[in-house]
Amino acid sequence: MEPPEYTIEVENLHKRYGKLQAVNGISFQVSKGEIVGFLGPNGAGKSTTMRILTGYSQATSGIARICGIPVACHPHDIKRRIGYMPENNPLPQELRVKEYLKWRAKLKEIPAKDRNKRIDQVLQRCDLERAKSRIIGKLSKGYRQRVGIADAILANPEVIIMDEPTIGLDPHQVILIRDLIARLRGKMSVIISSHILPEIEMSCDQIIIINHGKIVGKGSPRELRKTFINFTSYELEMNGKPVDLSDALLKVAPDMKIENFGEPDEKGFSNVEIRIQGKRDYGEILFDRLANNPLLRVRSFKRKKAPLEEVFLAATRRSWETVETDLAHESSEENEMKIEENADKRDTVKAVG
Amino acid sequence: MRHFFTLLRNELWKLLINPGTYIAAFLFLLIIGFFFQAILDEFAKNPQDESPSITFFRLWFVPVFFMVPLLTMKSIAEERNSGTIETLMTTPVTATEVVLSKFFAGYLYYLMLWILTGSFHALFYVFARDPKLFDPYPIIGGYLYLAVSGTLFLSLGIFASSLTRSQLIAGIVSFSLVFAFIVLGSNLNEMAIILPDPPAWIETLAEHANVMEHMLDFSSGVIDTRAFFLFGSCATAFLFISILVLEYREGAC
Repeated sequence: MEPPEYTIEVENLHKRYGKLQAVNGISFQVSKGEIVGFLGPNGAGKSTTMRILTGYSQATSGIARICGIPVACHPHDIKRRIGYMPENNPLPQELRVKEYLKWRAKLKEIPAKDRNKRIDQVLQRCDLERAKSRIIGKLSKGYRQRVGIADAILANPEVIIMDEPTIGLDPHQVILIRDLIARLRGKMSVIISSHILPEIEMSCDQIIIINHGKIVGKGSPRELRKTFINFTSYELEMNGKPVDLSDALLKVAPDMKIENFGEPDEKGFSNVEIRIQGKRDYGEILFDRLANNPLLRVRSFKRKKAPLEEVFLAATRRSWETVETDLAHESSEENEMKIEENADKRDTVKAVG
Repeated sequence: MRHFFTLLRNELWKLLINPGTYIAAFLFLLIIGFFFQAILDEFAKNPQDESPSITFFRLWFVPVFFMVPLLTMKSIAEERNSGTIETLMTTPVTATEVVLSKFFAGYLYYLMLWILTGSFHALFYVFARDPKLFDPYPIIGGYLYLAVSGTLFLSLGIFASSLTRSQLIAGIVSFSLVFAFIVLGSNLNEMAIILPDPPAWIETLAEHANVMEHMLDFSSGVIDTRAFFLFGSCATAFLFISILVLEYREGAC
């Protein structure tokens, strides 16, 4: 059998808890070695989707496949191929770190001769060597989190699923975990969920934004910006009056606006953000005009990358609107068209306002 | 059953490193010790029909009432409450292995507690120095009965624990089940009188389900296979249902 193209495939997944539709028709694919970030507000269905992928929960309908194997038919087989770290990272409080990992290594069917080597490897990778003989219940949150991650990567699985792995870590540990995840790129497929948006942006190849059990945005950070961010913004450090700047901007493009005008520093320079609706590049001409304006002194000028927060807010806001308008059962294609329409309408309203 | 011994070893190890295990064992022996002492006291004051060891086995159900819920309520409910069941069930273990490992860990501890009470009889005979009192068969029978009946009581406890995520509820349910089995099972005949015309099979059933009566047989040295059948089949049934509950709730096969 030739290896499947995708290590994770999800097709039209639904999960219903009584009246609550937790997951409502999610489909996505993850190729081998890809790192995917799940984003979404609390209760969006991220953890539920992850649980279904691990075989811990059963979907109401739809197909989930890990390495081409359907999870619902062969839960036992897929458990040998995944490393899972659940939300809140539950660990037995009374065991020591090494003891726990040894036990997990046995359960994960790592051959006896490789076991100690593997454990030492993950202890080193997760910077846990100093804590290996301490009792898990007495460790700080950062350590415990790393024990959970060490357990997830212990058996070198093909797919790693981690629900909020960086929660409760200090910046130093976050960098460590980010490096660790980056090192898995190319070897294992990783799905992580997180609320820390820059974190996701830095480590993930693909981002999936979920809201109300539906995927509202999917793609690389770049693609997402393209889809959801409908403005261009520039950041500059400038000495001059806002009025003069507005006048200068009017000459470049009539709808170019000052988004933010900061307090001047001791030399009289302020940080200014300029925004224009639509994806239009005025960079060169704008820089030229500002530099040649006798009333303004510009010290720095650059195009500003929209933060992922904006993407996240735009994507989840859109889906709120769809929930309101989309009371009738419509196909997902129609839905998407509507989303686009809504977004356009709102953007026009914004531009007018 | 590849992971059964790995799981069992871990369960036993957790029992060994938990101070609660030793405290519970100490209190259990203390309470049983008081019983035994009271029985001996009575024996010394008034002449009795039977040896103190047999009287001791008449009271077997009292410690069972409180020990079984305490031993088993933690097993699955706590894993579920702390969430470790999720990490456990996403490894290649089966629900059968999990349930059986929990059951056997509890059962071995239960057996150990009862075996420790054997020292009371030993002490008694060492100090009494009366060969007339020494009759090993009731003791062997009594302990055999405790071992056989333990399978059912522990499986009731595991079943109760598999139903819920709250240890308290698991404890109460397991106490009720054990209580129902011992008290109702032993009094089926008396309860049948509420029926205007009790069918004949009730009497047969009552005879089989009378766990008190079975103990009297065993502790007088009569090994009755009916008890083996009763406890063995019921224990298997409850363990099986616990496995189904775990599979249903935690999605493991």
